[in-house]
Amino acid sequence: MNAPPNPAPHSKPVIQIHRMNKWYGQFHVLKEIDLEVTAGERIVICGPSGSGKSTLIRCINRLEEHQEGQIVVDGIELTNDLKQIEQVRREVGMVFQHFNLFPHLTVLENCTLAPIWVRKQPKADAEATAMKYLERVKIPDQANKYPGQLSGGQQQRVAIARSLCMNPRIMLFDEPTSALDPEMIKEVLDVMIELAGTGMTMLVVTHEMGFARTVANRVIFMDGGEIIEQNEPEEFFNNPKSDRTKLFLSQILQH
Amino acid sequence: MTTQNPIAFVRTEHTPDRPPPPSTVGVVGWLRSNLFSTPFNSLLTVVMGLLGAWVIWGALDWLIFGAVWSGGNEACRANPDGACWTFVQIRFDQFVYGFYEKSERWRVDLVLAILFGGVFWSGWENSPGRRYVGMFMLVPFPLLAWGILYGGVFGLAVVETSQWGGFILTLVVALIGIIASLPLGILLALGRRSNMPIIRSVCVVFIEFWRGVPLITVLFMAAYVLPLFFPTGVSFDQLLRALIGVALFSAAYMAEVIRGGLQSLNKGQYEAADALGLNYWKSMRLIILPQALKAVIPGIVNTFIGLFKDTTLVLIIGLLDLLGMVNAAIADPNWSIRSVPTTGYAFVALTFFIFCYGMSRYSRYIEQKLHTGHKR
Repeated sequence: MNAPPNPAPHSKPVIQIHRMNKWYGQFHVLKEIDLEVTAGERIVICGPSGSGKSTLIRCINRLEEHQEGQIVVDGIELTNDLKQIEQVRREVGMVFQHFNLFPHLTVLENCTLAPIWVRKQPKADAEATAMKYLERVKIPDQANKYPGQLSGGQQQRVAIARSLCMNPRIMLFDEPTSALDPEMIKEVLDVMIELAGTGMTMLVVTHEMGFARTVANRVIFMDGGEIIEQNEPEEFFNNPKSDRTKLFLSQILQH
Repeated sequence: MTTQNPIAFVRTEHTPDRPPPPSTVGVVGWLRSNLFSTPFNSLLTVVMGLLGAWVIWGALDWLIFGAVWSGGNEACRANPDGACWTFVQIRFDQFVYGFYEKSERWRVDLVLAILFGGVFWSGWENSPGRRYVGMFMLVPFPLLAWGILYGGVFGLAVVETSQWGGFILTLVVALIGIIASLPLGILLALGRRSNMPIIRSVCVVFIEFWRGVPLITVLFMAAYVLPLFFPTGVSFDQLLRALIGVALFSAAYMAEVIRGGLQSLNKGQYEAADALGLNYWKSMRLIILPQALKAVIPGIVNTFIGLFKDTTLVLIIGLLDLLGMVNAAIADPNWSIRSVPTTGYAFVALTFFIFCYGMSRYSRYIEQKLHTGHKR
């Protein structure tokens, strides 16, 4: 696994989160989050379950609403304005833990649906693009099958291709390998590593520390709704500063 | 080689596949496991088989072999121990058309021809342009059918709805109910799950009101109470009022069936549609409803079948549907013969059964066709 190149140092930020807070009822899930992401950056977010890491990336495409602070994605601030939310969602792809493919559509239809209905692409163009990305995730021969006929690893690769078909500027991954059988994790990670090589801006919530070491240029550790520590992967893993980070790393790297 | 580890094991040859034991497969296997698995079950099979044969023989004897097929009421009076099909034959036109003007009955035939033609055309998987035919059947057809049946357009004479009756009335009430209840039910179900509190409460109140009132009450209200609210002199067609009542009533039931389908979907489906930038209506139309409706096809068809049979309740407000016409014909003193009521009701039952069973089979076919191999 070769690490992709680092982004140019003077790139503009594509995501700016400033003093963002979120509550579920009385429960304060995200506290004073500050985060700037530069175009081409690859960020891995880790932390114990319930630490708010999934909630954080779900705020970036407004699957979750924040109550305080500011989130600006690609120059568009996320507010209650539905038009602006849809604009952001067009530019931000998301891959889910449980794939969330549309079971009533074929693999190809899953990939062409949003380009046709949201981007208004002609069907033939959308299909050509979809086949290109299905080849990139190495399952062009499954294009006319239904998701229910594929393995978990194949479904997750289709989900990645489906997001890429919208030609997004940013990709969010919400624990993309956590629901997979062990022998299928590598095929998905390989696709993600290749995607990182193309210069895509990626935010990945994952427990795959090997992936974090090789691919990320920043690792963020969250606990209790706060960002506890962030650093370059080398420093983060070899020389963690916070006690909570040390405890977390010792727990997950034991085996 | 002498120091063997006792738990070490390596398979060196492949175990070939064998066919299953012959007594567990095929006809013999099926009979063994389903009918004759134990002595008690064997006894039960024999007893139930004999009982079934006795019942079926009795029914066939009454319905077909010993039945009167021609000759009018005297023939039936002479043989009251078999079905009196000649009664149905003589009154058949009345059962189908009600009191519809004799010279205008071709209009009913025309509507029935378009209806059955359209249903088969749009229902057959390989027919060309079936989508357009299907859409025609959903919106323009009911209006066109009303125009042809009621008249006053295309230079047709008006046939008042009070003259409609028999099977054609049953079909009109059932089809309007079916065609109106699905889209209304979808809107109500979506409204009940809406984030907007006003829309949600309006839908909840509507659904709970119509669901909480018996259909007979709805029909009574439509027939006798509603006119009290109109200024004197303004009259509003009796049948139309009943149709609106039936449509709203069945829409409330349909809404709850469809809401069940919406709830059966994983939250991830909504999120994936949102994340791709689909707006609310596109995500409903392309992602959510196709799956939700498919999940509740049995429930939807169940509601359709219930509605189709409930149309007989319009009898209570003086509209003579198929059952009403048969009832009226039975009361004729010339036909006061023991076998006539039974035959009349058997005819009604058979007619309803054919239509309901047809709907049921078609829904099974649609379910199998839409199955895409995903587990739920």
